[in-house]
Amino acid sequence: MATQAAETPAQSPEAVVVRFAGDSGDGMQLTGGQFTLSTALAGNDLATFPDFPAEIRAPQGTLFGVSAFQINFGSREINTAGDAPDVLVAMNPAALKVNLAALKPGGLIIIDTGEFTKRNLDKAKYDVSPLEDDSLAKWDVLAFDISALTIEAVKPFGLGNKDALRSKNMWTLGLALWMFDRDRAPIEDWLKSKFKSKPEIADANIAALNAGHAYGETAELSGPMKQMSVAPVASEPGLYRTITGAESISLGLVAGAQLADLPMFFGGYPITPASAILHHLARLKEFGVTTFQAEDEIAAICASIGASYAGQLGVTSSSGPGIALKTEAMGLAIMTELPLVIVNSQRGGPSTGLPTKTEQSDLYQAIYGRNGDAPMPVISACSPGDAFECAIEACRIATQYMTPVMLLTDGYIANAAEPWKVPDPETFEPFPAKFLEASNANEEGGELLPYKRDAKGARPWIKPGTPDLMHRIGGIEKAVDTGHIDYAPDNHQEMTDARINKVLGVDVPDQEIAEGEAGGKLVLVGWGSTYGPIRRAVGNARAKGLDVSHIHVRHIWPLPKNLGDLLKSYEHVLVPEMNTGQFKTVLRDQFLVDATPLTKTSGQPFAIAELEEAIGKYFDNIPDNEGGQVRVNDDQLPSPETD
Amino acid sequence: MNAPVKFETTLKDWETDQEVRWCPGCGDYAILKAVQRTLPQLGANPSNTCFISGIGCSSRFPYYMETYGFHTIHGRAPAIATGVKLANPDLDIWLVTGDGDGLSIGGNHMMHVLRRNVNMQIMLFNNEIYGLTKGQASPTSREGTKSPSTPIGSYDRPANPCAFALGAGARFIGRGFDVSKNLPDVLKAAHAHQGAAFIEIFQNCIVYNKDVFEDFAAPKGAGDRQLWLEHGKPMLFGDPKAGFDKGLALDRDSLKLKVVDATEENWEEAGVLVHDQTDRTIAHMLIEMPFGPFPMALGVLYDDPAPTFEAAVIEERAKSAAGKDANLAKLLAKGQTWTVEADEGHPTD
Repeated sequence: MATQAAETPAQSPEAVVVRFAGDSGDGMQLTGGQFTLSTALAGNDLATFPDFPAEIRAPQGTLFGVSAFQINFGSREINTAGDAPDVLVAMNPAALKVNLAALKPGGLIIIDTGEFTKRNLDKAKYDVSPLEDDSLAKWDVLAFDISALTIEAVKPFGLGNKDALRSKNMWTLGLALWMFDRDRAPIEDWLKSKFKSKPEIADANIAALNAGHAYGETAELSGPMKQMSVAPVASEPGLYRTITGAESISLGLVAGAQLADLPMFFGGYPITPASAILHHLARLKEFGVTTFQAEDEIAAICASIGASYAGQLGVTSSSGPGIALKTEAMGLAIMTELPLVIVNSQRGGPSTGLPTKTEQSDLYQAIYGRNGDAPMPVISACSPGDAFECAIEACRIATQYMTPVMLLTDGYIANAAEPWKVPDPETFEPFPAKFLEASNANEEGGELLPYKRDAKGARPWIKPGTPDLMHRIGGIEKAVDTGHIDYAPDNHQEMTDARINKVLGVDVPDQEIAEGEAGGKLVLVGWGSTYGPIRRAVGNARAKGLDVSHIHVRHIWPLPKNLGDLLKSYEHVLVPEMNTGQFKTVLRDQFLVDATPLTKTSGQPFAIAELEEAIGKYFDNIPDNEGGQVRVNDDQLPSPETD
Repeated sequence: MNAPVKFETTLKDWETDQEVRWCPGCGDYAILKAVQRTLPQLGANPSNTCFISGIGCSSRFPYYMETYGFHTIHGRAPAIATGVKLANPDLDIWLVTGDGDGLSIGGNHMMHVLRRNVNMQIMLFNNEIYGLTKGQASPTSREGTKSPSTPIGSYDRPANPCAFALGAGARFIGRGFDVSKNLPDVLKAAHAHQGAAFIEIFQNCIVYNKDVFEDFAAPKGAGDRQLWLEHGKPMLFGDPKAGFDKGLALDRDSLKLKVVDATEENWEEAGVLVHDQTDRTIAHMLIEMPFGPFPMALGVLYDDPAPTFEAAVIEERAKSAAGKDANLAKLLAKGQTWTVEADEGHPTD
């Protein structure tokens, strides 16, 4: 469990988890986003988890139309969006029904009774209103008519009922701001700027915000509503902002292109959840960025390859199904040895799968998913903030090694926000791209050799338009050095080896240990967005004195050179991942280690408790796995006794 | 414009040292020579010229041109060429594709490169067959074409490449065939056109679809079978030595083209149409003219320039960047920020 409210005075918990849940038209993501901002400004560490349906306007009041936003914030380091909310705001019966199971026993539920009509209860499949039986007895319930209170608050602005009710989310936000003793001013500023052309709407929303806040003050006098104050977190000094993964990747790509001294060409096609990167970059043209919304995923990557060929930094992004479509073109970029960054915001699969839910199931696709022996470096970001550095690293490898690089992120990282210490661009080492300007055969010139490799195994980058360096490239196997068409057996062997060795030779930093030390009983090896829950679970286990460490791998391919020895220094290796065990297989294959899978494919991130349970099973050798939501293969689960 | 400075070259300068690997007698040889003959006349600069192709017999073309060349993947050349052009609008781009590459697997990209109007010359070699994969029916094969995949004859209706291009929004449509002496003129007009210039080149696949264009491409009786269009000139055909004897006129009741008897002397009275290359409606009629009673319309069928895609992208980029400071440090620190002071007593580690 992330929160420790039980051990601390109720009025000043170390961390709190709040979930706002409502209909997908209720503006819960907006509410959550603004609450996140105010939390960040209050100096708390935080992590968020937006969880919304794939449908834009799912039928109102239905269970599948529920949209939720969870935030975990505290005065200590926050690693995940929290397992179980302490506070649930349920704007309608469906939101209550869908989210109730997650709520911590003894937690607080805030309910808008105005939406608990017969019709809405039917839609949420409640036979009896939960407000009228004892089904909510385990929790503190604060039920009142938010709808009516909102209408009342915005009455002076002459809005119709329908428009007035749109401000319900601001009323709720006002209440939440009161609960956690937050400043309303930044939200008011935001509303004024958002509704600049409609000041009356801005005023109505501000009135609703203030009314919600005032309601809290009044309600404190009686009932379960208590004001809580969460102290600022101990952070490194510096300038901070909140950032989502999609923003961070976009900024990292812009920084990477600057460090490579190249204009960036971004080819994209609309797909959830990757589109956000296209949207961000479309507004950054002043940084030499060209964005191109192509006719399909294939054209998006092909245009990016064309731009790289012509001397820009080609970038494309998508999610699983779109990445699948780009596969053949990745092979072309590998064969023609052109730089390219491919961002894959993974989502639940296969096929269309779960477009708005998170998963890590494209790992095989990233490492192996192409025809032929088609090696490609793969990097994975472990948090929204980390995605910035990963994007720079992807740009560096792509341009220095003349290769496509895949950057893996996922729906969770793309949408989640966290506080981010704003980096100083000056601290990053530039890696300016070089273009060939004259023949490279020998000092006198001679025949151009487009496939003559440097010490890193990279071929020269030759821009069309360069005087007298005309040459032809393509997807057909190339002759060593000259790049002419060549099907000869020895040549294909040599070129295949050259491509493989170039990628295996990419300079990847040695693997560090996220928490713990080399050697010991158990190590949890993660990659990508499981960082937060693993970090916290391992931290909690170590606090109990258990000999467990955490390794988190950024460079998925090639793997860090010391990783094999590092893994072998532990008695057992447990690999939690949101797929059916893909990285586990890679580790077993590469290092012959007896890595054990801990898998989850529910479209939801790991809960800390699930990982703690798995660690506990190892140390306690618990025979059963009842009660945990994660299916653990008991035969494979390591335990000191059975080994 | 593609090549602002006229560059002095000869045909030889455009040949590579690579052995040409088409079948002996293939129409591709004639097209290759026509292109190599045309480029010196255009004053083109090999260093600034880029041939981009997909997959198929025709798509081997770049290997034989002493220019920059990119032999890409099946059907995707228009998308790759779009990226190249946006990254470097000064490059003179020639796209080489075929009926399978450009209209079947790559039909989508062809549609979009045309509607966007990316400035390049698009040569679609139409031989009405899949040659490199040994002779299957293609999207332009005529109904009843016998092939390994259609042993008793194809039964899907063929696509008309020029009609497709016009429908997709192309602003230049040219037509020629491999051995025609006028092909360089069509290429020159395409090159002069600012925007996507679509050229259908009928090409004789002597192995899998031999002489399928013989009806109009055969030298004998060519005058009666070929209508070479010229802007501002009457649409006359027939034996040119005899001063032509037929013309195309518009039947104003049915709004259809008709063949009328006419000569260079009396074409006006006979109602023969004067070719206006900016007239999209007549261009459509010429493209879809049923061959048989009518001649095959060749030359520049349509040429009506519109702003190019790359110009629009450059303009949008400038507009979007106007007045903004490209300062990365400022960008990173954008939005609402807060400062954690060192004196809050938290060690940095």
